[in-house]
Amino acid sequence: MTGLPTAPSEKRLGLVIDLDTCVGCHACAVNCKEWNTGGYHAPLTDERPYDTDPSGVWLNRIHTFEVGEGESGRLVHFPKSCLHCEDAPCVTVCPTGASYKRSEDGIVLVDEDMCIGCKLCSWACPYGAREYDQDAGVMKKCTLCIDRIYNENLDEIDRVPACVATCPASARHFGDLADPQSHVSRLVEARGGFDLMPEMETQPVNKYLPPRAKGGQAGGPGSDDKLMPAAGGFLAWLDRTLSD
Amino acid sequence: MTVSNNAESELEPEVTVDGHRVDESPRVSDEVKFTTCYMCACRCGIKVHFKDGDVRYIEGNRDHPVNRGVLCAKGSAGIMHLKSPARLTKPLRRVGERGAGEFEEIEWEEALDLATAWLARARATNPHRLAFFTGRDQSQALTSWWAMQFGTPNYAAHGGFCSVNMAAAGLYTVGSAFWEFGEPDWEHTRYFMMFGVAEDHDSNPIKMGLSRLKERGVKFVSVNPVRTGYSAVADEWLGVTPGTDGLLVFALIHELINAGKVDVEYLRRYTNAPWLVVDDPGAADDGLFARDNEGRPLCWDGKTDGLCHALDPDVEPLLKGARPFADGRTARPVFELIAERYLDAQYAPDAVASRIGVSAATIRRIAAELAHAAFSEEVIIEQPWTDWAGRKHERMIGRPVSMHGMRGISAHSNGFHTCRAIHLLQIILGSIDTPGGWRFKPPYPKSLDSLPQPSGHPEDVSPNSPLPGPHLGFPRKPDDLLIDDDGTPQRIDKAFSWEAPLAAHGMMHTVISNAWRGDPYPIDTLFMYMANMAWNSAMNTAETIQMLTEKEGATDEYKIPRIIYSDAFYSEMVAYADLVLPDTTYLERWDCISLLDRPISDADSANDAIRHPVVTPQRDVRPFQDVLLDLGARLGLPGMVDEQGNPQYPGGYRDYMINHERRPGVGMLSGWRGANGIMSGTGPPNPDQLQRYIDNQGFWQGEIPTEARYFKNVNTAYLDYAYENSFVATRSPIILQLYSEELQQFRLAARGHGPAQPPEKHRERIETYFDPLPFWYRPFEEALEVADRFQLHAVTQRPMAMYHSWGSQNAWLRQIHTSNRLYVPRILAQSLGIDDEDWVWVESRNGRIKTRVRLMDGVNPNTVWTWNAIGKRAGAWNLAEDSPESKEGFLLNHLIHELLPARESGYRYSNSDPVTGQAAWYDLRVRIEKVAEEEAGEAAPQFNPLGKLSGVDERPSILRIGADVTDSSDKRQGA
Repeated sequence: MTGLPTAPSEKRLGLVIDLDTCVGCHACAVNCKEWNTGGYHAPLTDERPYDTDPSGVWLNRIHTFEVGEGESGRLVHFPKSCLHCEDAPCVTVCPTGASYKRSEDGIVLVDEDMCIGCKLCSWACPYGAREYDQDAGVMKKCTLCIDRIYNENLDEIDRVPACVATCPASARHFGDLADPQSHVSRLVEARGGFDLMPEMETQPVNKYLPPRAKGGQAGGPGSDDKLMPAAGGFLAWLDRTLSD
Repeated sequence: MTVSNNAESELEPEVTVDGHRVDESPRVSDEVKFTTCYMCACRCGIKVHFKDGDVRYIEGNRDHPVNRGVLCAKGSAGIMHLKSPARLTKPLRRVGERGAGEFEEIEWEEALDLATAWLARARATNPHRLAFFTGRDQSQALTSWWAMQFGTPNYAAHGGFCSVNMAAAGLYTVGSAFWEFGEPDWEHTRYFMMFGVAEDHDSNPIKMGLSRLKERGVKFVSVNPVRTGYSAVADEWLGVTPGTDGLLVFALIHELINAGKVDVEYLRRYTNAPWLVVDDPGAADDGLFARDNEGRPLCWDGKTDGLCHALDPDVEPLLKGARPFADGRTARPVFELIAERYLDAQYAPDAVASRIGVSAATIRRIAAELAHAAFSEEVIIEQPWTDWAGRKHERMIGRPVSMHGMRGISAHSNGFHTCRAIHLLQIILGSIDTPGGWRFKPPYPKSLDSLPQPSGHPEDVSPNSPLPGPHLGFPRKPDDLLIDDDGTPQRIDKAFSWEAPLAAHGMMHTVISNAWRGDPYPIDTLFMYMANMAWNSAMNTAETIQMLTEKEGATDEYKIPRIIYSDAFYSEMVAYADLVLPDTTYLERWDCISLLDRPISDADSANDAIRHPVVTPQRDVRPFQDVLLDLGARLGLPGMVDEQGNPQYPGGYRDYMINHERRPGVGMLSGWRGANGIMSGTGPPNPDQLQRYIDNQGFWQGEIPTEARYFKNVNTAYLDYAYENSFVATRSPIILQLYSEELQQFRLAARGHGPAQPPEKHRERIETYFDPLPFWYRPFEEALEVADRFQLHAVTQRPMAMYHSWGSQNAWLRQIHTSNRLYVPRILAQSLGIDDEDWVWVESRNGRIKTRVRLMDGVNPNTVWTWNAIGKRAGAWNLAEDSPESKEGFLLNHLIHELLPARESGYRYSNSDPVTGQAAWYDLRVRIEKVAEEEAGEAAPQFNPLGKLSGVDERPSILRIGADVTDSSDKRQGA
């Protein structure tokens, strides 16, 4: 079995995903696929791509479902990838040391050279965030774009995960969640960012921002705001307006 | 901007502190090329990364004005578009029967000779006999010009079945339109309403804009029968009954006027609200504007208490009161007519709430919120400006309410008036092009009298001659219609006839049906580009297929004798062509996104862009634009050959993009014109122009001066700027047209006035629907006698990850949506005993289809819906014959007839908006019923599978894109 870093890493890099803004467009998922199929985990194999049951490796997937009923009901678009847990069961379950959590930034990676494709990690992950590449015989997963975020061949502004760079709705944020002053930590603080399935005690680094209360700034459903008719009727009002 | 080849990164990755090798700085690419996306209609800027000669990665261009670095799912799947095994590879000539998919490969020379012979015969005998229609064509400035030089009146792109209601209603009202010609002021708006946006146009800018609203805590209301996509993140979702949006808008207008919450100064200065309308029932000018001797519209001046022409800078017009204007006749200001109409009790919230499916209290509250945002949350920009009358304003004061509307408004037979109603709502709030309102994008706004009239009158068409002007335009009176003395339509699609007088984008959805019927006349050759008219772009698909394959009597000649089709892929339509001209993908050709065509400007700058071939095709295909110019030269079309008869543009479309001028100094691209490329907007051709575009990441951006950025239609600084850039013909203000005198001109003709009057059978219809003020009526299908049998509305939404039928053949995108379901309101489904994944029959007046169901809460209780264009015909697109797209995927198209039922006279109108001819897709009414157990398991109808097409690649059984970067075989050995 594989050990986790003995001390918490100084940096805890991760994603903050805004469920209030995500429109479920799949841009993050496809751009992730596109970057990563030529990246650290190349390739993200697609089997039977033009046949009856196409099946490919995706490091990020969007789930769409309805919750609630009536006025409180809503449709949620829920992007899901590895949450880079502090207490990552996918690491401790790994028999070869292939699955590991980096001590410098907390990113959970799979070292494909050491992976035997036993799939124990995918059974251990409560989020279903691991992707087995049948063709390559190894497990693959979100790397937080390890080959982008430190990449000296990229302009500094581009050193963010592909999903963050491409998101048209700016629903995805990347940063150091160990730093309380970071953009992502402040977002979590301000918006009540939450852990996915905290009861699993995996301490995920990634956070989700909940949908805001419906209604916006003025009135909102249930309010009985309305306009009062102009005194004396509209035409009298118009006369008064024009004579001012 | 090219990412350098970092020699360090070629070394073995460092071993990290954890003992693993991770290369954190791999070489990203050898080369980066900037071009423009075409995976949908947004036209975002993209950076294409190449590694070892292959496309490695496509990302959004951070500097591009459309997408500022972001890229959607479609754009991110561009690699799989490029690598699709459905790509055509060689010109094809049909050898079997139409639809059998049996072709022989031929050389380009033979293909072009054949096309030239067919086209030359039509041109030399009767140019009407060519119908040239293009689909999602982004080169309409070229294709329309080509058709004009050819001389056929039968040209249009796909706008008639897409969004012409939005375009026409906008242009006739505010001189602009939603989407391409305008955008919400995302940075300043305080209240945003979105109507009927089926997750469609425009894609990335809306998502970016909504994100800005969320950051600023601005309320976003989505009006849509279906709560997906944008509606899912709205602060308030109004799940209206399809086709009732207009009623909702009128109820809001009712509330606002009743409370005096209108911007009176804005109405007086910048709109035709004070203009006087002749009130003389029965007279030939009843309902037209009262005008002075010089033809200028009149208003009543409060200062002098007398008549004054409405564009007198000193006038202080009144908005109410009948006034004498000539011969004892009276006229009334437009605004009084508006108040009278919309204050009527029929538009009160209580009167309309149940039909809309939104409570009266909610409608009243939304009206209050609109008024609050507009009048209590003014946005002020400290920028002096001068209006058309010379009045100097120290600052720009905005009414920060903005709106956007698209397909859910457009695709109804009442869409034109509904769209006009939305603009009317924005206008009475005084918000259009003010800070925080809905803003114009250059080269718009344009006044209606500056827009072209359609060509194609009987005298415009003769053998071997070009048309005198463009096909598509904006009729202002019955004389402008393309009809003969009997009122017979002159175009094959009947656009600009009494059937659809303001059909500004043509009516592509009627072409095949009319040509097959020979109504108004038979044609010889149907020439189409990027339009899947044998499948998801056609109404009544099964019968359309029959029309394409039916022969004339006992002869061997098809009713539509010759079909030439150009596409990059093996779409369903390919199987019905006689000659197939294989096109390139967007990464393999020159293209321009021109201000002469459908611009990509934003409210602060005029923009245009190019595509250039960043990949060389390894197939025997040619860009359609090059082919068109080649055919033009072979046909000797004016402008396409020089005086010696040699090709005018031997360098193809690239050559044309540089050297073609519409009039001196005005060409396809606005950037870097003139010697040394120092001129912008207008100027002589510059041979180095395209290189300058490439050096500037593929686009040009001409910023609007700061003082010209708001109130554009009436701001002297903007009008000067627009005039100097040839966007407008004069510096005159563009007054917003609440009341449409043009519509009244048609109504008067129906009442028996003027030289051109509708034939008797059309008279009542013109009288009814050419109301100069917007009104609401039931969508036509709902008003039919059979409507009682079909109580449910059925509409589509567009999946955000797909565009048209190209998306669902893409190896990555089809993994997201491999088939579609019919979404049914949960309560309704339960009442019918229908559960998730059950199969149902969906029946309309045009037949029935069999689909699979999913239950949903977030949908109007009387509406079912599905995703657009996922269902495919078995065998098409080089997908496996039993792919889910064909076995479970389905089209609603089968249920939608292209014609309305016969009237008493026997005449059948097209299934369209009566004003614009816009295809009324969303009028569809259905009923559903659970299938018998033995019928479940496969969507219906099914068609014979299309066979494998000659020349297309084998379908790969596995894709390892990017495997060459890190050799996966090593991993397997290590495993």
